[in-house]
Amino acid sequence: MYSKGFKPLSVATVVAVATALALIFFYAPLDADQGFVQKIFYVHVPMAMVSLGGFVAGGLMAIRHLRSGDPSWDVRSYVAIHLSIILGVGVLVTGSIWARASWGHWWVWDEPVLVSFLIVFLLYCVYYPLRFSIEDPERQARYSSVFAITAGAFVPLNFLAVRLAQAYTHPRVLSQTGGNLPGEMRPTFLVSLVAMTLLFVTLWKLELTSKHASAQLKSLRRKLAAREPAAV
Amino acid sequence: MIRAARAILAKDLRLELRTKESVPAMTLFTLTVYVLFHFGLDRNSLDGSLAAGVLWVTLLLAAVVGVARLFAAEREQGGIEGLLLAPVDLTALFVAKAAALFLFLCAVELVALPAFALLLLGPDLLDPLPELLPVLLLANLGVAAVGALVAALATATRAPELIVTLLLLPLLVPVLIASAQATEPLVRSDPSADELGRWLGVLTLYDVVFVLLSVAVFDFLLED
Amino acid sequence: MIDLDGLRRHYGERVALEGITVRVEEGATLAVLGPNGAGKSTLLRVLAGLLRPHGGSATVMGASLPDERWRLHAHVGYLGHEPLLYRELSGRENLDYHARLHGLDGERVEELLAAVGMEGRADEPLRDLSRGMVQRLAVARAVLHDPPLLLLDEPRSHLDPGAGEALEPLIGRASGRTRVLASHDVDGALDEADLALGLRDGRQAFARRATPREARELYR
Repeated sequence: MYSKGFKPLSVATVVAVATALALIFFYAPLDADQGFVQKIFYVHVPMAMVSLGGFVAGGLMAIRHLRSGDPSWDVRSYVAIHLSIILGVGVLVTGSIWARASWGHWWVWDEPVLVSFLIVFLLYCVYYPLRFSIEDPERQARYSSVFAITAGAFVPLNFLAVRLAQAYTHPRVLSQTGGNLPGEMRPTFLVSLVAMTLLFVTLWKLELTSKHASAQLKSLRRKLAAREPAAV
Repeated sequence: MIRAARAILAKDLRLELRTKESVPAMTLFTLTVYVLFHFGLDRNSLDGSLAAGVLWVTLLLAAVVGVARLFAAEREQGGIEGLLLAPVDLTALFVAKAAALFLFLCAVELVALPAFALLLLGPDLLDPLPELLPVLLLANLGVAAVGALVAALATATRAPELIVTLLLLPLLVPVLIASAQATEPLVRSDPSADELGRWLGVLTLYDVVFVLLSVAVFDFLLED
Repeated sequence: MIDLDGLRRHYGERVALEGITVRVEEGATLAVLGPNGAGKSTLLRVLAGLLRPHGGSATVMGASLPDERWRLHAHVGYLGHEPLLYRELSGRENLDYHARLHGLDGERVEELLAAVGMEGRADEPLRDLSRGMVQRLAVARAVLHDPPLLLLDEPRSHLDPGAGEALEPLIGRASGRTRVLASHDVDGALDEADLALGLRDGRQAFARRATPREARELYR
């Protein structure tokens, strides 16, 4: 059910990732101040954008779930959020490396995107204890969806508040001069963004397929067990 | 719905007056934390951004204490089922709980603010009070709405107090930022009302979003 | 009044109720019997609209579950294991609260306090009262809104025999209401029932008139 179109998707992902890596290493310019480490920007920023997109998508899928009552939407929402949290770890790690390279510290507070990302990440980490401490599966799905929607609405508000409060030293990627990156940086960045997005969607589909398969297995097992006549 | 919300609120206020479980605890907590800050920062008087920060961090932590207890009576004595059996919209429950929390926060602040002025604040608090009031009210509203939602979310889990703490604090960061930033110029040695409008705007936006969102999703919680 | 067909409810992998099919006419009493864990309480809670059914069809008082649960509230009186009252408040305060939720006035509260014999101690907090007295107040809560359908889970537990008699007109056969009664008191329940539903491990063993001996088979 989820594996439709999977093959072309994975092929596209591999191609995109390979292209992106090639561009990052050979095409994009070497930064005068920050050197080679600056190239981590091509991983860090797309990862952050895709991760946030994943959180918001998880929230939208959760709305779908609550409105339709169809549990498969909750599974989709869960996987999206779950993958985004993992990406989030990557964002924080790469962000930290970049901060070290650019400003000499492993963490900087006057970088609004990184700071608000940390808060969002801390919030979403609570998704796991919330979800897995509710025993009834139907309730678990419903409460997780409520969380996903609340957290999804929180993301933009949080960014707004942090942004307003901090001085900006972070080179704002897409708002500088109306969204133009100099020369070779732009296509490299865009390809990386596409590659990261494709990677996310592929992993999302992969995990959904695997979950679906194991759920089907469980339900078959249950049906077999129910065949045994109950002793009265 | 309003009738039911009033009935639930009246019941909660009566319970609180009798058991005195939330407001005194929150107030005591706040005062204790002020003392901790005195020793931790080794300062006799604060002003400006440090004062604003201490004031608001303490209030928000006290709010967590209150939120954790918000549904305690229902959890322990099966009150939710009593409500589910009555012909009331669950939104009434949200309104009542959020209103109760709002009132509790106001009550705590009635003591906490003068205490803060006495114990830690350098500059005078009476002067900027009229500007401080809208900040307090808007912040309380946001905390009340989000707090009621988080409390309801946590009731289904095995460790509700823990989930409340972990969940509420990140969600309140925008409130903290806006309130502290709004308060900071008011508690400087030479107070002014810099950018008050902007931060009140942020608080209002937060309140609108979360009140609407909570009302929309609350129906999906609590029933089975 | 109640029409169940293949009702199903599960907790994750475990089945709580499966294939429950029974019809209860208006004014009749259904006794629900079975050992602990058979699903008696679960069934009552589904009928009360507290739990949603996961399969099969269920129509209670003309409202189909789970979609029309909200229509049940004014017409169903539920008395479960927990009294669903606040211990720190008094009997009168608790009943006043529920009366307000149902849109009833204080007179009804006074009426019921007298009917359950608690008018003398109506202003004491519940934590100062005995379990039997709390149970009386719980009965009052259940019939406060004069519901045509009563769902009673071990109603006579904690009650002394005198109290049991006093409450007859409210929750017994004499009340004329349709009743679903879950109980371990096999003989007593069958005495006052028109129909018996025997449950075992969530499945129904029978749904018709039954003898005490058949009912006791469920426990083996």
